[in-house]
Amino acid sequence: MMAGMTVIVRTISRLLFPFLFLFGIYIVVHGHLTPGGGFQGGVALAAAVLMLLLAYGMEGAQAKVNALQAELAESLGGLILVFLGLMGIIVSIAFFKNVLPFGSLGQVLSAGNLPVFNLVVGIKVATGLLTIFYAMLRIQGGEE
Amino acid sequence: MSLNYIIAMMLFTLGIYCLLFKRNLMKMVIGLQVMTNGLHLFLISLGYREGGIAPILAGKMLERGAAAELAATAVDPIPQALVLTSIVINVCTMALALSLAIYAYRHYGTLNPFRIRRLKG
Amino acid sequence: MRQAAALILVLAIGALLVFTVSAYLLPYGTFPERRIGGFEGESIGKRILQDAPKTTGSANVVTSIVWDYRGYDTLGEATILFTAVCGVAMLFRVTRRRS
Repeated sequence: MMAGMTVIVRTISRLLFPFLFLFGIYIVVHGHLTPGGGFQGGVALAAAVLMLLLAYGMEGAQAKVNALQAELAESLGGLILVFLGLMGIIVSIAFFKNVLPFGSLGQVLSAGNLPVFNLVVGIKVATGLLTIFYAMLRIQGGEE
Repeated sequence: MSLNYIIAMMLFTLGIYCLLFKRNLMKMVIGLQVMTNGLHLFLISLGYREGGIAPILAGKMLERGAAAELAATAVDPIPQALVLTSIVINVCTMALALSLAIYAYRHYGTLNPFRIRRLKG
Repeated sequence: MRQAAALILVLAIGALLVFTVSAYLLPYGTFPERRIGGFEGESIGKRILQDAPKTTGSANVVTSIVWDYRGYDTLGEATILFTAVCGVAMLFRVTRRRS
C-alpha cells in the first residue's frame, strides 16, 4: 500500500532520523530545567518515526519500532506511572508525593520524582501516537 | 483594549460559523479546532504581565540563588500549565472524532450529517 | 430564511463577545492588571512562584505545577490518552472471515 518516496527523500530522512530522535530525548530529559517535558518530547519522538514511515513505507518503520512493541510500551508506561504514585503512599504519606532525593537546583539529577515522571510519560505519548498511526494504516501487532 | 483578546474572540466566532454552516463532517471538525485555538490564546493572554520574563529560574538568577526575585519579575505560570493539559486532551478528542467520521463514511457512503440522519436501518 | 436567521445569530454572538472583551465590560469581576505587581491581594500564582524552587527542587516552575501541585490532572490526562488510543485501535480493527 504505502510505497515510499524517491531516492533523495529516502537518503535525507535516513540521515536526519538520529538527530531528530536525539533532540526528542533531550527535550524529555531536560524537562525540569528548560521549557518542555514529557508531552512535548513525546510528540517530537513520534514525529521522527513518522518521517521514516512516510519515506520508506511500512517495512522501514516496522524495522525500527514494531507494532507489537509500541502497544506493549504504551501500556507499560501507564502502569509504571500509577506504581510511581503508589510509591508515595508506601514510603511517605500522600499519593504522588516527591520521595526521591532533591539534589541541587539546576542540575539534571535533581527535583526528586520529576525527571522519572517525564521519562515515563514521554515514552507513553510517543508510542501512543505511533499506535494511532499504525492502526489507521491497518498495521496490527499480535494475533487477531 | 488588548489585541490578543479581540483576535481570540474572532477566532471563536469563526469556529461557530464553521460548525453551523458547513455540511461536511471533516469541515466541522476543522471548525472545532479553530474554536479551541481561539480559547487557548485567550487563556494564555490572561496571564501576561508587561515586561515580565518566563517563569524559569536560569542563568544569572540561578547563580546568585535569588529565588525571591522571580516572583517580582515573572509572568503568571498557572494558565500555561492548564493550557498544556487542554492541548493534549484536544488531540485525543480530535483523533476519535476523525476516526468516527471515517467509520461513518464507510458505513453510509456520504459525509453529510443531514443525510446520515435520514438513512435508517 | 433559516440561513439568514443563523447568520444574524452568529454575527450577534461575535459582536457581543468582541464588545465584552475590548471594553473590559465583564459581568462579574475584572481582568487582571497587566503590570508586574498585578496580582491583586494574595494570588496563587505569586505564592507558587515564591515557593516552588525550594519546595519541589526544580528550576522550571511550570513543570513543577504540572507534576507536583496539579498531579491529579496530569494523571487524568494520561488516562484520556490511553482511552483514545484504545478507541482508535478498536475502530480500525481488521477481521478476517473464516470460511
